[in-house]
Amino acid sequence: MRKLLIVAVALLVVHAALLFAGGRGVTESARPGATDVGIVLDVGGRGDKSFNDGAYAGADSATRILGPNIRFIEPGEGSDREAGLRLLAAEEMDLVIGVGFIFSDDITNLAKEYPAISFACVDYALSVDDKGNVIPPPPNVAALKFREEEGSFLVGALAALVGKSKKVGFVGGMDIPLIHKFEAGYRAGVKHVCPDCTVVAQYAGVTPEAFKNPGKGKELALSQYQSGVNVIFHASGSTGQGVFEAARATRKLAIGVDADQADEAPGFVLTSMVKGVDAAVFDAIQRVQNKTFAGGIYSFGLKEGGVGYIYDEKNKHLIPDDVHARVEQLEQEIIAGRIKVPSTR
Amino acid sequence: MTTPAPASTERGAYAIRMQGIDKSFGPVRANREATLEVVTGEIHALVGENGAGKSTLMRILGGLQKPDAGTLEVNGRDVTGWTTSDAIAAGIGVVHQHFMLVSTLTVAENIVLGEEPVSGGRFDEARANSEVEALSKETGLKVSADRRIADLSVGEAQRVEILKTLFRGARILVLDEPTAVLSPPEVRELWTVLRRLREGGGTIVLITHRLDEVIDISDTITVMRAGETVARLRTSETTPAQIAKAMVGRDVALTSRDEISALGASMPGGAGSTEFKASSDMSSALNVTELVVLGSRGTHEVDGVTLSIRPGEILGIAGVEGNGQTELIEALAGLRPCASGSIRLDGHDVTYKSVAERRSAGLSHIPEDRHRRGLILDYSIADNLVLGLQEAFSTRGMLNGANISSNAKRQIEAFDIRPPSAVLPARALSGGNQQKVVVAREMGREFSVLLASQPTRGVDVGAIEFIHSRLREARAAGKAVLLVSAELNEVLALSDRVAVMYRGRFAAVLPVAEATEDVLGEYMIGMKTDEAVA
Amino acid sequence: MTSQLREKFEEALFPPVVALLIALVCGDLLIMSYGQSPAAVYRMLLEGTWGNAYGFGQVLYKATALTFTGLAVSIGIRAGLFNVGAESQLAAGGFLAAMMGLALSPGVPGVLAVPLCMLAAAAGGGVVGAIPGVLKVKFGAHEVIVTIMLNFVVLALLNWGIANHLNVPETLHTTEIDAGAIPRLEAFIGAFHGSAANLSLLVAIVTAILAWFFLFRSRRGFELRAVGLQPDAAEYGGVSVGGVWFRALTLSGAIAGLGGINYVLGYKHYYEEGFAGGAGYLGIAVALVGRNHPLGVVLAALFFATLSQGGLAIHALVPKQMAEVLQGVVILAVAMSVPEVRRALRQSRRPVAA
Repeated sequence: MRKLLIVAVALLVVHAALLFAGGRGVTESARPGATDVGIVLDVGGRGDKSFNDGAYAGADSATRILGPNIRFIEPGEGSDREAGLRLLAAEEMDLVIGVGFIFSDDITNLAKEYPAISFACVDYALSVDDKGNVIPPPPNVAALKFREEEGSFLVGALAALVGKSKKVGFVGGMDIPLIHKFEAGYRAGVKHVCPDCTVVAQYAGVTPEAFKNPGKGKELALSQYQSGVNVIFHASGSTGQGVFEAARATRKLAIGVDADQADEAPGFVLTSMVKGVDAAVFDAIQRVQNKTFAGGIYSFGLKEGGVGYIYDEKNKHLIPDDVHARVEQLEQEIIAGRIKVPSTR
Repeated sequence: MTTPAPASTERGAYAIRMQGIDKSFGPVRANREATLEVVTGEIHALVGENGAGKSTLMRILGGLQKPDAGTLEVNGRDVTGWTTSDAIAAGIGVVHQHFMLVSTLTVAENIVLGEEPVSGGRFDEARANSEVEALSKETGLKVSADRRIADLSVGEAQRVEILKTLFRGARILVLDEPTAVLSPPEVRELWTVLRRLREGGGTIVLITHRLDEVIDISDTITVMRAGETVARLRTSETTPAQIAKAMVGRDVALTSRDEISALGASMPGGAGSTEFKASSDMSSALNVTELVVLGSRGTHEVDGVTLSIRPGEILGIAGVEGNGQTELIEALAGLRPCASGSIRLDGHDVTYKSVAERRSAGLSHIPEDRHRRGLILDYSIADNLVLGLQEAFSTRGMLNGANISSNAKRQIEAFDIRPPSAVLPARALSGGNQQKVVVAREMGREFSVLLASQPTRGVDVGAIEFIHSRLREARAAGKAVLLVSAELNEVLALSDRVAVMYRGRFAAVLPVAEATEDVLGEYMIGMKTDEAVA
Repeated sequence: MTSQLREKFEEALFPPVVALLIALVCGDLLIMSYGQSPAAVYRMLLEGTWGNAYGFGQVLYKATALTFTGLAVSIGIRAGLFNVGAESQLAAGGFLAAMMGLALSPGVPGVLAVPLCMLAAAAGGGVVGAIPGVLKVKFGAHEVIVTIMLNFVVLALLNWGIANHLNVPETLHTTEIDAGAIPRLEAFIGAFHGSAANLSLLVAIVTAILAWFFLFRSRRGFELRAVGLQPDAAEYGGVSVGGVWFRALTLSGAIAGLGGINYVLGYKHYYEEGFAGGAGYLGIAVALVGRNHPLGVVLAALFFATLSQGGLAIHALVPKQMAEVLQGVVILAVAMSVPEVRRALRQSRRPVAA
């Protein structure tokens, strides 16, 4: 016991010494007068190489160009989402952004409580009243929605044209409507350029874990490649890391999602279906700064440059010129409304 | 006789000399200035009650523990604080109570394990066998080198353990309670072997608390009590009573029958009950017919036992452990299913009744293992005193605290449980007092039949005395008692009739007057069988 | 005697205190590695939790769920069983509570609807808990393996149901329940405005008190603890060991399931995929740190809730992983100070002669 007492006292001394030593203190280098922006990321958090990172990138470039004060919060579990939003709202931020459809209800409620604060929600889910009419978001909420099916349509066409095997693959994360949108657009794109092609679509699971299970992703991708698939499009968060690994191992092609994922497996990423979360977030911050912010539904598709696919120096050699021309043409047709892309399977 | 007697040194130098040994475990002082002096070439008995510090002293000798103070000399060399490998190298061999053998290997493989003879990089089995057989012949420890340990009896396994230490060159042999698992003929055989080792110049330390063995075999005796060495006696100059007094630190009231039970003098004793005369026309309290109990692998552990006990009678079951006694008692208590046969308690069929139902029908049970079954070591004494009676001590599902503590108070007083605290966990008690808690619970209530399995195992002389008198009182009060004990003397001292169990059957049932150790011994090892009904 | 008492007291108190100090110093070093001052971070942590009504409300809310799961796990451990399935039992409880709330018509008064929903929650968790109970008693299947597997099965089933059939379009939750909502604390105390804390808190406290009575004052509790400590002795004492195992796992599951009301009836008023959010697994740590005693469980739940909410509050200074690492250090350090764990590690403790 005596020994323990000595240990306890020693620890206490060390603790007391450390308590006030070190550290440069609070880093709130808040510039007075600048716009204050708070962003609550989803539970996946930073480093998902997907929409959380997209939002982060948008905020980052806004900081450099527009100079607002930005605070991030990464919640640990469900109830933390609301708590994070409240924390920021209570600090009277000018703009509070929730990243993910899961924030929709909390933001709707909070926006009514704090009418002076502007809110934005990435992938905001619109609710429907009893008669089936869409309920618009409160006037101080910007619902940032993306037409992922349009971008998916283009990479679907690309996959079918480059893959040349009558079989193309799709790996989804969690089996939910949001991801079904990607699959639906992708399928439509494939069928449009190659009516007798088949799409092998598989999902990693039915829980949120399905978005962070690279092992499962690799397993699904390997089996698809072995069954004769040459190109796989993934919409599965970090599960996609496994898809890229499988692509590298079998020397076949994969298509990234949300952001340009060419660096995940250089030489094996055909393209990425990018979703302009960064641009949408940047745009929202800019509007608040310019005092032009208005609530409502903001839908980002090909036309608005909110979704698209990557074609640059890194992947040019993978895409023949005629294929590129064909896809460019399809893009114009969608923008012009000549092709209607379905958003459900 | 509490002052150490002068040692006889004429036979030679000290093989072991431990002086002023102190060893504490937290607040417990296991050894305080303990002394042990063993002369080369003698058989030295180390006796004492449970917790007297014998095992700690031997662990220090074997290098398993280091003393806090004091010195240890072996063959004149100061080796204080040595390690186990030092001890083995110096020729110390310890045979533990629990065997440390690999049951799937053969006898020879076990003995040579760690020092295997090798030829061409491979284990030389033939040489191992021949070396082991040579050693066996030389020492008189009979084993068959190529049998598997799993197929051996406990006596044989023990011989393997002893051979194992001798194979490693042990000249000083420490035996911890070696006879606890042996039948009388096997014990005699062990004595022969030990004497032979002594003639060959070996030194033997024998830990035991069976005083008959001490008188039988030892040359010198060291008595320990509460961590201290309290006496060092020459066996030829002492009596069991003197040893017992040194062990418990007070005069033990020894009636002639008690002397038999507690001290185990070799003469058989009659135990005709005087207070309650059981008459033959009385219906039996416990009636068992053709009981068969299966073991875990479908073997017939109890193979058609029939017995009946009248009120006011003690039926003792003798036998080498592992011949179905445990299974018989557990089946009677309801802890094991009966494959066939029937059990009647006071005329009621309880063959398929649960433990709780048998208990409320008047069955009490002192289990053989109080640490595993009889007590919940982390429960308080008060709670342990109602274990199995919890239904009676609760009202509408809630425990009745007042009744539980008044029950504890009454039982602690009546059974002299020390320390007299109801809230202490059972773990904190000595073995004897733990057993008293079990006995108090089982006998301090209304019951008609008592199953008493090894009721005095591992408890000190004082508690043995107490428990024996309680068993006699129960008989006098008209209870039927089924007694199972590995201590033949205990069975002989208490029983009206003695049954010998061998391989799941009753090999003999004798009135206690006809049961001598020699007669029983032949039945116990299966040399004779009567196919008896008790 | 007094010195003995003091020793006992010291033995009970010192190791956990040292454990907490170790965790604190680890926290200091972690914070400093981010270039922050520990004092500032700890102050911010306390201000964000016990320092204001909203933060405190969030602590209470989180502690409510953890109390339920902690009690559930500790009841299992008391019977010698390790229930790793609290996570799915919690989810199943919440799910059935929501189903009951949706099935009842809006006119059903709260006094009737809330108990019905609670009953549904307990039944949901209880059924999930009973499955490993049956499998253990009938087939000897180890409860740890069965409960882990059931976590996957049950969560996957629930999520599949929600994602494909019962959800409001574009979301992963059901519609709001029509009856059975439990009022929030803000309805009574304005200062709690906005916090998720609700009257489920009272249910948790009552459950803890009942658990204490059950464990230490009832015959069934006496038998349950006996089975946990020494099954052979319990069997000898006329206790049906299999029966106790079954009842303990079912009760454990029911308590975890009841925890589902905190989110479903008290906070969101709908079942949302993933609402359990690890509270079931954290319940294991809560039970361990709380020494499987209902009072200890409540205190440990408050402690872990404070760490969780505080982790959010100190976000401006250090990343959230820091709070998670600190939580891990606390669990490890305190677990090592639990006598049962140390005994298992050392093993060679012999009974002490008095």
